[in-house]
Parts: sequence; C-alpha cells; structure tokens
Amino acid sequence: MRVMHKISTYIYTLKQGIINIGKNKMFSLASVATMSACIFLFGVFYSIVANFTNTVKGAEEKVAITVFFDEDMEEDAIKAIGEQIKKRPEVSKIVFVSAKEAWESYKEIYFEGNEELSAGFEDDNPLANSANYQIYLSDVSMQKTLVKYIEGMDGVRQVNKSDVVANTLSDFNKLLGYISAAIIIILLLVAVFLISNTIMVGINVRRDEIAIMKLIGATDFFVREPFIIEGILIGLMGSLIPLGILYFMYGNIVGYIVEHFVFLNNIMKFLPSHTVFKTLTPTALILGVGIGYLGSRITIKKHLKV
Amino acid sequence: MITLTHVTKCYTEGIPALNDINIDIEEGEFVFIVGNSGSGKSTFLKLLTKELEPSSGQIIVNGTNLKKLRQRRVPLYRRNIGMVYQDFRLLKDRNVYENVAFAQRVIERSPRQIKKEVPLMLSMVGLAAKYRSNPKQLSGGEQQRVAIARALINKPKILLADEPTGNLDPSNAWDIMNLLDSINARGTTVVVVTHNMEIVKAMNKRVITLKKGVMVSDELPGESNA
Repeated sequence: MRVMHKISTYIYTLKQGIINIGKNKMFSLASVATMSACIFLFGVFYSIVANFTNTVKGAEEKVAITVFFDEDMEEDAIKAIGEQIKKRPEVSKIVFVSAKEAWESYKEIYFEGNEELSAGFEDDNPLANSANYQIYLSDVSMQKTLVKYIEGMDGVRQVNKSDVVANTLSDFNKLLGYISAAIIIILLLVAVFLISNTIMVGINVRRDEIAIMKLIGATDFFVREPFIIEGILIGLMGSLIPLGILYFMYGNIVGYIVEHFVFLNNIMKFLPSHTVFKTLTPTALILGVGIGYLGSRITIKKHLKV
Repeated sequence: MITLTHVTKCYTEGIPALNDINIDIEEGEFVFIVGNSGSGKSTFLKLLTKELEPSSGQIIVNGTNLKKLRQRRVPLYRRNIGMVYQDFRLLKDRNVYENVAFAQRVIERSPRQIKKEVPLMLSMVGLAAKYRSNPKQLSGGEQQRVAIARALINKPKILLADEPTGNLDPSNAWDIMNLLDSINARGTTVVVVTHNMEIVKAMNKRVITLKKGVMVSDELPGESNA
C-alpha cells in the first residue's frame, strides 16, 4: 500500500511539473528561449572549433620524420630499428621506403617529361643508400622527443624533420585549445547566469504557493519535485531546439562553403554532420538538462525554509 | 494539548514581540487570542506552526517539544495542525476540489481515498456543488470555507485560525464562526486569533488577551467583563 502511495506521489509530482510549464507559459517560453540561445551559441562555437581542430589534425598527420640508416646496413637490422620505433607512443604510423622506391619517387618529381634522362641510372641507383622510414606522429608537439630518441639509436645515419612546421602546428593547436576553453567557460557561465535568473524569476512568482504547500505539511521533496521536473523539461526543450536548428544549418552551410568557396575547402578539412553531432548532441543535452536541474534545485532551496 | 512555558520571542534587539508567555490549552478547548495590532497574536501562531523559533522558553504541542523537533520532521508535525488564514491562502490555479485534495496528496493518501474523502468534506462545509469552481469565482465566505475544508481534511487535532473573519462581511463572519464552533464540538481543539470583539463576546469562549507581547488576561467562558 505504502509503495502504491509513493508511486502515485511520483506520478502526481511528474504531472504537476508538466502542468506548471503550461500554466506559466511566459516564464517557460523565456526559459526555453534563453537556454536555446545559449546552447545554440555553444553549438556554433563547438562546430567551428571541431572543424579547425580537425583541419590542424589533418595537417599534423602529414608531418613526417625521415630516418636514414648507415650505409650497407643489413635488412634485418633496418627491420629491428623499425620495430623499436613503432613501439614509441609518439608514433602513429611508420612506412618503409626502399632505395628503389625512393628513386622511383624522385624520378617522378624531377624527371617529369624528361624520363629519357633518367634512363642512364637504371642499373646504378644514385639513391642506393636512401632507404628510409617515414614516421608519422600522433602528436606533433612530441617531435623533438622522438627525434632525440631516434638520433641516439645505433645504425641511424640521419634524421630529417621540419621544426618550423611542427612548432607552428603545435602552437596553433595549443592556442586553439586555450581559446576554446576560455570561450566555452565564458559561454557556460553566461548560460548558467541567464538561465538561473529566468528560473529564479519564475519561482519567485510562485513563492506564496510554495509557502502554502509547506504550511500544509508538504515535504521538501513534494514541493521541489514539480519544479525540478519543470527545469529538466525546459532544459530538454532548450537543448533539442537549437540542436535541431544547428543540424539543419550545419549540413547546409558546409555544403554551401564546399560549393562556393573553393579556397576555404582547400584549406579546411570539414567534418561530416554525424561526427560533429556525435559529441555535440550528448554535450548539449547534458548541459541543458543539467542547468535546468541545478538551476531549479538551487533556486527553490531558499524558498523551502518556511 | 498546547503548552507555552516562559516563551519569549524577539525579532531584533528592543521590545520583544512576545514576552514571557505562559499558556496551557486543553484538548477540545475553543480559545480566542485577542489584542491590537502588534500585540504578538500572529507571532504566537507562527511559533505554534514552527515558522518561527522562540528566543527562549518551551513550547509543547500535542506532546511534541518544538525545540527538539528536527527540521525534516516539521512537515509531519504540521499535518496534525489545520491552519486557516485571513487571506485564505488558496492555490489560485486550482479549483475547489483540487485545493482540498492537495492537502491529502501532501500526506500521500491514495487517489481512491482522496476521491472518497474530499466530496464528504466539501459537503460538510456546504460547498459540494461548487467543487469545480475556481477560488476567484467564490465569495470571501466561500473561499474561507474551502480553506477550512483543506485544514480539516487530514483530521488534525488542532485548528489554528488567524483572523478568519477579517476579510468577511458580518453575515459570512458568523457563518464561519459557527462552522468553527461545530468543528470544535466534534473534538478538535480550536485557537482563533481575532480582533473582532463583537464575535468574541457573543461566542462566550475562553479569551486570552495580549498587549505589546505580554499576556494581560486569560478569561474562561462566563468570566468576561469586557
């Protein structure tokens, strides 16, 4: 019997939360609009940052270190060096380029259109000692550490790398991280402030009602739950609406840029919608529902002291 | 049923709102608390509902020492006290039925019990036909009846009324007082704060008079010389 009562209380408070949204239309609308605006801004910013990060990551993936070996080194020894390098955490990919492949690649670039000039080298590969490993990094900022390690290995003759590219990408990545963190924190604080304020106004209007409930003998749970359900539902709506708009806009804007701004398309490496929204959707929902829940819970707390 | 021993309540430094009050109200009594504005009448009621804490002294209501009552037990304590206010304090967005049913929902009565008991209570206060009306559609007297029905639906042992006739015309005021009298006749202890001396004299009940926070008289029925 007691359990049944509890269930009916839960159902009642849930119903009241939904009814409250309808009863306080203006407040609900203001809260949903405020939350939607904040989450929309957050979504726009996230989409931009995600695409920039992806572009930088794409550039990083193209940065490689080239490792040359001592002259006349045995194949087994070269393999052993490769295995050792592969184990390093900084390495994402390692490609072996034989002397023959190195010469073929060289020919393609430097003898294009004058292939007959290279014919004289057919039996005497000028790059005979140019077998190498192309090492791609998982994190370009770790290039210095890896180069130092490889240079200290036995059998390694030379390590070619581009410090400028690596440093530029690494610095840009760091800068992007700092700016994103700062803007996301500011946006979140503004969102929490605006939404809490709106919720506070809505609850203040109903403080008499809360006082009556408390004087009749309502527990804090009984008074609080409808407000919390209201906050959660407002948070849910306030995050679903901008997510819908952003989803629609993202595909269209990226499509438009790809079609009309070729130079941007060459620089940027755009993420597909599903990749962006795979992270953005749960984040926005957690933000909306979380702020709605916390905002209503914190605001109602001070009115419960009757 | 209600015992106040050397109770003093000070809001800020200066004159206390209540000063060294000693009152003992027996089970089943009907008591008027009278006095001018600022005499401490409302403070007295707020101490009984534990909206306020006394600065000193002891209050025991229905066997509960309010000083020792933990905050989380206050809702349970209040369910044994019915409260009626001058401004009715009804939930304006709910109809008559819902206002009364609300008090039962608070104590987690089953929907079946609520459906059975609320119409009975509304009949008792003479509002059975108006159960779907909104409080705004009712007269002051009718609104106060709804408030009384809400206060009584959980069968409290004590009914506290703060100026229950303050917003009513004489005819409605008498209806409400008669209703409170009949509730008292069924065994509920009734404490009414009022400054309507005409009603107080006519009802011939125990009268406690407060003046500037001090209890100046406590007259039993028939003793009144006002």
